[in-house]
Amino acid sequence: MPPTDTAPEAPTPEESEDAAAPAEGVSTEKKGARKEDGDGAAAALPHGDAPGIRFEKVVKRFGSNVVLRELDFAVEPGERVTLIGPSGSGKTTILRLLMTLEKLDDGVIWIGDDTLWHMDKGGRRVPANQKHLHEMRKQVGMVFQQFNLFPNMNVLRNLTEGPVRVLGASKDEAVERARGLLDMVGLADKENAHPSQLSGGQQQRVAIARALAMQPKVLLLDEVTSALDPELVVGVQDLLRDIARESDLTMLCVTHEMNFARDISNRVLMFDQGQIVEEGPPDRIFGEPAEQRTREFLQAVLAS
Amino acid sequence: MSVVFDSHEQWLKGAWLTVQLTVYGCALALVLALVFGLAGTSRHVWMRALNRVYVEFFRGTATLVLLYWFFYALPLVGVQIDSKMTCAVLALGLNVGAYGAEVVRGSILSVPKAQFEATIALNFTPFQRMRRVLLPQAFALMLPPFGNLVIELMKGTAIVYTIGLVDLTKVSKNIQGFSGDTIGPFTAVLVLYFVIAQVLQLFVRYAERRVDRMLGRRPSRDPSLSAVAAGAPGAGVAG
Repeated sequence: MPPTDTAPEAPTPEESEDAAAPAEGVSTEKKGARKEDGDGAAAALPHGDAPGIRFEKVVKRFGSNVVLRELDFAVEPGERVTLIGPSGSGKTTILRLLMTLEKLDDGVIWIGDDTLWHMDKGGRRVPANQKHLHEMRKQVGMVFQQFNLFPNMNVLRNLTEGPVRVLGASKDEAVERARGLLDMVGLADKENAHPSQLSGGQQQRVAIARALAMQPKVLLLDEVTSALDPELVVGVQDLLRDIARESDLTMLCVTHEMNFARDISNRVLMFDQGQIVEEGPPDRIFGEPAEQRTREFLQAVLAS
Repeated sequence: MSVVFDSHEQWLKGAWLTVQLTVYGCALALVLALVFGLAGTSRHVWMRALNRVYVEFFRGTATLVLLYWFFYALPLVGVQIDSKMTCAVLALGLNVGAYGAEVVRGSILSVPKAQFEATIALNFTPFQRMRRVLLPQAFALMLPPFGNLVIELMKGTAIVYTIGLVDLTKVSKNIQGFSGDTIGPFTAVLVLYFVIAQVLQLFVRYAERRVDRMLGRRPSRDPSLSAVAAGAPGAGVAG
């Protein structure tokens, strides 16, 4: 069996997910999908000291295929950056490296003042161990293209499991926060539903709430509307616009929705073949791209 | 035929032994299946090697020969196992556990990789990943093959008469022996094994329903145990 960092293992029977059901939750929150005044949302969102991110000569290979070749770029604290570019250009790999879903081959990634994939040992920089990765991951949250909710838990449990088991929050605390977040994403009445009973758009909103429940300082969005039916895209995008406006998370976003990219980001990076072709504020990149490669890409995307 | 009914006490004793062997054998097999199945998904080579050795050895040896070995051969090398029952449970459990370990390993590996990635994104420890997400989902995949193995093991208990235990099979042979009626006792034992298998199947169905509810595949009533159990015997086979 894999070695286990000992976790607080309260002997919770599987029934506890039903025990968490509120008697009155449905009736109190039924006054419309989302509060527009936003103070509910603002209260639920993480605030303060978001770290910056820096890639230094980062290399990532899959076999003989070099996806990222000595990539350098930086994201300021609280900045929202969108990565665009053709598929296979390495955008998603950047997010996956930051979430430690892929191993780094060479170079250094900084989150704030600390290295993600390396740690300091007697003044030398050595590959990170599990403990270091666990510490670093606390700052990062990710929303996936396919939602990846846990089908063996109801919605509320999806949101509380991480805070309770990983962050050591009390059950009451976690439930309260989870309800605040569900309210924010407009799904307060779904806390007892199972993921399989929700539409794609609802699942993705739960997934966003689940990521935020871990109180990350960096939020990674990996083509979060690509798997959704067209009519469900808007709801998820509106939610993310609200989050972008009301939180000070550092955000990295991979998307093919150029309007969304324009709304949500401070800066756009155009990628091709593991390198940055061009970067700048969204208005300039979309309005008057300087590079031929960017123009071609934007034309292809907008034509589709 | 009346001799079959007259010997109901013997039948009962035999059936009880068969049930006991099944329950203990399954318990041992389940533990072994989980331990060695999990070892088979470990990232440590030596853990996976342990899994391979166990699975290949006990899957590749006849249960009857294992039984002889525990009962006749082990004492000769100085290891005396006190009861015949223990020998039988060991032989059955080790053999079926090997199949079970493959079921466990395969099921865990069948849980979508995306689920594993979500557990990393939520910063779960390796133990939490397994306990909270991968194993519960894998369990849904394990149940149908486990149902097969449980019934396999139950039928496999028929070999224990060879070391002198009086189980259902032995009872039927005894009755045939002293009564001279062949069709009666052997038909009765056929039916009894079938009935036990059906009861075991009910337990598996019940577990499958619980898992379905966990995964939100059927409306989640408040799963009060008594209510479900009360509805099970009649409705279980159909539902």
